[in-house]
Amino acid sequence: MKKFERTEGLVAPLDRANVDTDLIIPKQFLKSIKRTGFGVNLFDELRYLDEGYPGQDCSNRPLNPDFVLNQPRYQGASVLLARRNFGCGSSREHAPWALEDFGFRAVIAPSFADIFYNNAFKNGILLITLPEETVDRLFKEVEASEGYALDLDLENQRLTTPAGEVIEFEVDPFRKHCLLEGLDDIGITLKDEEAIRAFEAKHRAARPWLFRDSA
Amino acid sequence: MAGQTLYDKLWSQHLVKERDDGTALIYIDRHMLHEVTSPQAFEGLRLAGRKPWRLDANLATTDHNVPTTLEERAQGNKGIKDPVSLIQVQTLDDNCDEFGITEFGINDPRQGIVHVVGPEQGATLPGMTVVCGDSHTATHGAFGALAHGIGTSEVEHVLATQCLLTQKMKNMQVRVEGDLGVGVTAKDVVLAIIGRIGTAGGTGYAIEFAGSAIQSLSMEGRMTVCNMAIEAGARVGLIAVDDTTIDYVANRPYAPTGEQWQAAVADWRGLVSDADAEFDQVVVLDAAEIEPQVSWGTSPEMVTGIGGEVPDPAEQTDETLRNGYTRALEYMGLAPKQKITDIRLDKVFIGSCTNSRIEDLREAAKVARGKKVADTIKLAMVVPGSGLVKRQAEEEGLDRIFIEAGFEWREPGCSMCLAMNADKLGAGEHCASTSNRNFEGRQGYGGRTHLVSPAMAAAAAIAGHFVDVRTLEEA
Ligand code: SF4
Repeated sequence: MKKFERTEGLVAPLDRANVDTDLIIPKQFLKSIKRTGFGVNLFDELRYLDEGYPGQDCSNRPLNPDFVLNQPRYQGASVLLARRNFGCGSSREHAPWALEDFGFRAVIAPSFADIFYNNAFKNGILLITLPEETVDRLFKEVEASEGYALDLDLENQRLTTPAGEVIEFEVDPFRKHCLLEGLDDIGITLKDEEAIRAFEAKHRAARPWLFRDSA
Repeated sequence: MAGQTLYDKLWSQHLVKERDDGTALIYIDRHMLHEVTSPQAFEGLRLAGRKPWRLDANLATTDHNVPTTLEERAQGNKGIKDPVSLIQVQTLDDNCDEFGITEFGINDPRQGIVHVVGPEQGATLPGMTVVCGDSHTATHGAFGALAHGIGTSEVEHVLATQCLLTQKMKNMQVRVEGDLGVGVTAKDVVLAIIGRIGTAGGTGYAIEFAGSAIQSLSMEGRMTVCNMAIEAGARVGLIAVDDTTIDYVANRPYAPTGEQWQAAVADWRGLVSDADAEFDQVVVLDAAEIEPQVSWGTSPEMVTGIGGEVPDPAEQTDETLRNGYTRALEYMGLAPKQKITDIRLDKVFIGSCTNSRIEDLREAAKVARGKKVADTIKLAMVVPGSGLVKRQAEEEGLDRIFIEAGFEWREPGCSMCLAMNADKLGAGEHCASTSNRNFEGRQGYGGRTHLVSPAMAAAAAIAGHFVDVRTLEEA
């Protein structure tokens, strides 16, 4: 996983609630057995006017001019501003892979769905939960001024708006640590290998029916 | 000190280690795999030179991409026409071979939708922790198991360490009290719950479903309810263990036998919330008030009773909600205040991990018996959840009832629930579907999904539009 560096990111507003992971990356693209290359199909059904299929060259497909990420002023955006319950539905990790591959480093919303929340952090995407009123205000500011970028400072858990306003946010310490260091969970967990083995032995003794080979 | 909830008990029985930062390692007893969310995890293992921690905890099957016609299935993997789907299915076969994981491949009679297969085999047992790279893993909570969906990185983590790195959830109890009306099923109960608490209502919670109406459900019905906990935002749905649970598990291939069975049952009897357990939130529904449900929008919370109508966005005061309603109506091609019974249908799908078990098929067959699918319906299909469900249905003659009524009788898999294979909706088509998600494009590009129970789907197939299944006469 890449380390999360402090950045100034152009903000793109996606003004709808309950954005589900089917919308973020439709199922036909889940057929890939790779982790990369999903960016061109991010929000495929909103972004293009035709139906997409995997492995296609997307450069000639008709774009939906009304979709926010197709508007010239949001080209190069790396922060997505969204509404409540972002990432609901399917557990597909292809959703954060697509966001990351497209170039998003962070998503800001009033709330996120649980599984997506985990998946995003495991792929180096920072999710920032802010009160509904704050998000609402950010939507207005972003729409009002072209080139609106936020300074993302994870270390100090602070966002800074172009006007210099500082917004603090919460993030749990473990996730923050992993993001800042670019750490892989499995490596960390395997440091506890002995504790896992000890637990397993005890568990097997107490409930042998959970282990088919001890029947 | 207050007692423990069922979730608290399962959590503490599997807690390996708690960290100061609030995360915890919990031990995983059962890991189910399918072809869509596992290839990158196996690749990760290979790249890091790691091996699965404990082989016998894993069980795999192919379900999402498999074709459902008999001709295609007769050819095994070769019958998969889409080359990209074929690679994915083949990759799971190869990975299971390479790492030594038990897999029910495409033509194994035990193959089926992962959430149908686990319980059917007794691979899901009360008191287990069960995970799978699939959000509908919540289904297995019907057994008093702690079960939830995980992402692909977590699939790799579980393979490599037998543990999940996670955080404890809060406790919610959803109680449905009283008797359900005739013709009102588990699907209607869970849709009504989602309609009440919303698709984010359960975010951060493990939901325990309780109350006399839940206790009266069969295991199939309980699985339907827990399956859709995720549609209420909760990763985990749970139901306490009772005789119904234990009777269902007995004699399944992976269930314990002899002395171990006795010991297991004694242990499982404790898998209930203590009488004095405290929940962070409690929601109570009156079973008698629940009508057969139909979803009208593009989110499972956009649902109403069969006697109801499509809402008018203009009457919504919350702006985000109003915009959502307007967009949903536009996508669904419905008018404000249109009666639900006036929605005409193009296709009907009976299947998915929500409603493809034997009891679901029996309910649908009861309605379809001796009737004919309306001429205006282009396709009505029944897709059993597993090879074993299919076999049992055929032994009971349900396949004949469906075929004579004009339904197609297919081979097991996810099928039109998410349309990764050839079974899909065309743009603009309305479908009565027993699946769990009515998101835009879920069942096909531009497709319009209405979530209903199997009985309601069968009734809609015959009428060509939604009808109240309670008003139909049995043939
Ligand atoms: S039936 Fe549908 S919801 Fe269930 S596992 Fe398959 S695709 Fe997912």
